[in-house]
Amino acid sequence: MAILEVKNVAKRFGGLQALSDVNLSVKENSVHAIIGPNGAGKSTLLNCLVGKLIPDTGSVMFDGQSVLGRAPFEINQMGISRVFQTPEIFGELSVMENMMIPIFAKRDGAFRMHAYETVANEKSVVEAAENMLEEMNMADKRHMNAASMSRGDKRRLEIGMCLSQEPRLLLLDEPTAGMARADTNNTIDLLKQISDERDITIAIIEHDMHVVFSLANRITVLAQGTPLVEDDPQNIRGNPKVREAYLGESA
Amino acid sequence: MFGLDKKDTSLLIVVALLTLLAPFILNPFPTDSGLAQFNAGYPDLMQRFIIFGIFAVGFNILFGLTGYLSFGHAAFLGVGSYSAVWMFKLLSYNILPAIALAVVVAGLFSLLIGYVSLRRSGIYFSILTLAFAQMSFALAYSVLSNPKFNLTNGETGLQVYNDDPQILQGANAPDLPHLFGLSMRSTYTMEVGPWAFDFNAGYYVCAVIMMIAFYLAIRIFRSPFGMMLRAVKSNQQRMNYTGLNTRPYTLAAFVISGMYAGLAGGLMAAMDPLAGAERMQWTASGEVVLMTILGGTGTLIGPVLGAGFIKYFENIFSKINDSVLHGWFAFLPDGLEDAVVTIIHPFVGKGWHLTLGILFMLVVIFLPGGLVEGGQRLAKWIRNRGKTEDKTSGKTEPAE
Repeated sequence: MAILEVKNVAKRFGGLQALSDVNLSVKENSVHAIIGPNGAGKSTLLNCLVGKLIPDTGSVMFDGQSVLGRAPFEINQMGISRVFQTPEIFGELSVMENMMIPIFAKRDGAFRMHAYETVANEKSVVEAAENMLEEMNMADKRHMNAASMSRGDKRRLEIGMCLSQEPRLLLLDEPTAGMARADTNNTIDLLKQISDERDITIAIIEHDMHVVFSLANRITVLAQGTPLVEDDPQNIRGNPKVREAYLGESA
Repeated sequence: MFGLDKKDTSLLIVVALLTLLAPFILNPFPTDSGLAQFNAGYPDLMQRFIIFGIFAVGFNILFGLTGYLSFGHAAFLGVGSYSAVWMFKLLSYNILPAIALAVVVAGLFSLLIGYVSLRRSGIYFSILTLAFAQMSFALAYSVLSNPKFNLTNGETGLQVYNDDPQILQGANAPDLPHLFGLSMRSTYTMEVGPWAFDFNAGYYVCAVIMMIAFYLAIRIFRSPFGMMLRAVKSNQQRMNYTGLNTRPYTLAAFVISGMYAGLAGGLMAAMDPLAGAERMQWTASGEVVLMTILGGTGTLIGPVLGAGFIKYFENIFSKINDSVLHGWFAFLPDGLEDAVVTIIHPFVGKGWHLTLGILFMLVVIFLPGGLVEGGQRLAKWIRNRGKTEDKTSGKTEPAE
């Protein structure tokens, strides 16, 4: 069953047709990769899914509900979490605080004014945050300033923050961009573990074919703003159209 | 204690002791000595320390936590003062309803201004708040003061007249602001040897209110709400993609800090039943920004220190005139005395702004965390010095 259904989406920026006639369906509990050469419209598509951009035409349904016209925070509350290309975390706050904020957001919704309680007294949130840090192997860093961590750790924290909200769909935008090989492999292992152990759908935009083929069980190739082909990884490897548009250049 | 952790409790106790004992602490010099002019322990100035402390603590909830720099907070201070004086005119000189109305009206007013201004962030937000404050000033100064509809009494300032209704004013109640009969101006002077210490009712009313305001500020800083506000300052993008709506958070912070400003304005009118448009001038808005940055943005105690620092300069440094300087340097030969006085002259008296400006520059450049950071560095230096002395006992080491 498809959890995310994109139908006939088009988006134009002035003279540039960034997306045209995009149809995409992401199956529940799959790992779906969206690949394509630079300028293929991957990021534009992602921004249309999370509410940053509104497509000119078409529809985006998440779990039977339209996401169009909703603000990013509303779409997150529906169950879609997003990991950014450069880790977006609360740099000035401690690792523990970083982990608590999404849990508060999940529990209390988009706005709730707890101005008189003390953070330390919110036992259930503290506990959930500690468990998540433990799971991410970051418990020893809980008092650290988030900005002072390494890039790999920031990425780990960001993924942990998203997971702590128990989203149904996790969107990742080139999660290993600019990472060293070791960090990349760690991230792959982490994502594998997440998709194996959790009841979660992962949609990933990625340049790195190593990452794509180690993780994805379904791949959509985007070229010039429109899907070229959607298939299983082994068929994508051998597809001549894909080779021409993308793999041929880089492989 | 009071639901605070150990560190915050001790901070609260230190602030409580400092405010309660301020009449002693601020009057260290005997009344007849030449240094008596540095005494700041007279009621009027002590009240101002406290009132501007409240103003700055509230401003810091907005600026220190969310990073939104408002350049129009004096508007809320002014609105608070006008509301309080209207309460004096209509009801009675009791300060409680006056202060309550000041807080409520300032809160509503900041809700309106905040709702519009918070649609933008950064410099655009600052400019919007500044524009609103200047509009409020213009309204108070001229527009809302005409024979048909006189809300602010324009240039003269709003004050209480004999023919005002004052429907609840008792026959025997003091003809000045009071708290259930206790006049805000009543002062008990304690004389100990050559010293004189003033204990003023108005000051202690302000002090108690400030303690409550300060306590609430600590609670906000330590609450999930306070954490969200710091998250707004840190990364709004992440906030939005974490399912949090930043707009109501910032608006709530704006309204709370507006209510603090209204409280300060109401207290100002309660100490002296007057309200003038100049209280809403942009210079007054700028002053609270200076206080917060000078003391330490985002710290609890910083804004109070900054407010005290600036008000001390304004009231004490500005009183040093040429004859005082001549008195100090009388021991020097005549020519040299004149030269020294000439050099110092621009920095004192009317030139106190110059000294304050230099100090502000030094703090911002060398202590970006304000006076609080200065204090922390000093404490660290003393501690480290103690440690090295322990290790190398016997040897004398040059100070760093």
